[in-house]
Amino acid sequence: MSRVKLLSLQVLVALVALGLWHIGSTIPFGTGANGKPFYLLPQFFFSTPGAVIGRVFTMFADGSVYAHLWITLVETVLAFTIGASLGILIGFWFARKPLVAAVFDPYVKMMNALPRVVLAPIFALWFGLGIWSKVWLGVTLVFFIVFFNVYQGVREVPQVVLQNARMLGMSERHLLRHVYWPAALSWVFSSLHTSVGFAVVGAVVGEYLGSSKGLGYLIHQAEGVFDVTGVFAGMVILMIFVMAIDFLVTLIEKPLLVWRPGETKTV
Amino acid sequence: MTGALPAVQLNGVSVVYALAGGGRYEAVQPVDVRVAEGEFVAILGPTGCGKSTLLNIAAGLMPPSSGESVIYGEKLAGLNSVAGYLFQQDALMPWKSARDNVAIGLEVAGMARANALAAADSMLAKVGLAAFGDRYPHQLSGGQKKRVALAQVLVRRPKILLMDEPFGPLDAQTRLIMSELLLDLWQADRKAVMFVTHDLDEAIALSDRVLIMSAGPASRIIGDFPIPLPRPRNIAELRGEPEFHRLHALIWNALRDEVRKTYGLTSAGSAA
Repeated sequence: MSRVKLLSLQVLVALVALGLWHIGSTIPFGTGANGKPFYLLPQFFFSTPGAVIGRVFTMFADGSVYAHLWITLVETVLAFTIGASLGILIGFWFARKPLVAAVFDPYVKMMNALPRVVLAPIFALWFGLGIWSKVWLGVTLVFFIVFFNVYQGVREVPQVVLQNARMLGMSERHLLRHVYWPAALSWVFSSLHTSVGFAVVGAVVGEYLGSSKGLGYLIHQAEGVFDVTGVFAGMVILMIFVMAIDFLVTLIEKPLLVWRPGETKTV
Repeated sequence: MTGALPAVQLNGVSVVYALAGGGRYEAVQPVDVRVAEGEFVAILGPTGCGKSTLLNIAAGLMPPSSGESVIYGEKLAGLNSVAGYLFQQDALMPWKSARDNVAIGLEVAGMARANALAAADSMLAKVGLAAFGDRYPHQLSGGQKKRVALAQVLVRRPKILLMDEPFGPLDAQTRLIMSELLLDLWQADRKAVMFVTHDLDEAIALSDRVLIMSAGPASRIIGDFPIPLPRPRNIAELRGEPEFHRLHALIWNALRDEVRKTYGLTSAGSAA
């Protein structure tokens, strides 16, 4: 299928969905029992696509959204950086020291089994309502993904590659730098989209449950006053935010993973 | 060569594995192997006879259950640092380009990166991959990967070459070309070579001496045949010569029964 055809079909899906939403929320569908016009999608619950898009534009135009975007971005970046660093460090440590891994194994499993959202109130208590309670919530989510991937990556270096590297004269330090590290990094990168996504989840859920800034706060505020247009506008902005971050991640990982087998293109 | 210490001596080396159930599995009975300086020795045997195990012991990758491995007169403890090992499986680092894969052995030995890369490039040219230095392993064919692996081993100028069925996974034509390449490179600076294979033609064509191992378990060396074919050799022509066929028949006679044992066949009339 050609690019143009694919793109037009994709746009068509959006238009149909928005069109149905518009029709359901603005064109009355007969008369209700109380004599008032009946809407399939009452505006009180569903708003209208026009109002939502208008609100998004207003929020960007008057600049009120930027402070919230910035806070969520800072929380996401901090959560990802701290979570990934801890995951890489501890993943390496466990993979190289089987005894440590064996001792901590049940506790790692227990921590990972806990739905992290329940930690949010505790973290708000411990770290306050500022950004750090959100950052640490994100860290608990990102950490486990990166940790498991690094652990797996280091342990699954093929035996023959290791033996070959040793025969080429590599010391433990060389092995770490030239064999274990690149092997682990490729696993981290393959899970990058997931772990960055979880950093956003941590930030937004934390904001939602208690904060004074951020996209999660925006949505929560709008919900509190039954401002459905505001809720949907917040969701749209959140979607754009996550897609922008995902796009950046794709840009970063591409040159770093050139050595991995992908589909070979013929010209 | 006269009076020089042998490159590799395996003295009474045996391999016994402890089984999970508590028993013992004797893979290799005590054997003696001697590879002189500059000598090309092929070790030939049926699948699973423990020939690769002997190579791993000479490389220092595993300790023998008994006996010792002596390299240039010194008892081997730890890895054999004067040996290069060409593995049967693909052992290149997939995250490094062909050039970096070859250069890394020199870099970790302390050579400056620029010099190491220059040496890698000239080695890659010698194995016919001058234009492929920037490729990653997954962008190379099986034969090309073997060439990179060969360059990776040779660029460090090891005194001893250990090769574990290096061309086993390649197709017949590529094998022939790789064997010729190996002989050409070897001819230039005759290192001591231990070459493990299950291919009799390959063993005769390449080596100065062919050792035959019996089928496992408890395998041992049951034959030691000198190959007095003149060098330098042309492998393709060699296979048509009467001396080649005489050696082939002689060694195959010794090998056949062992191969049959591996497949559970009784040695019905070994004088066929």
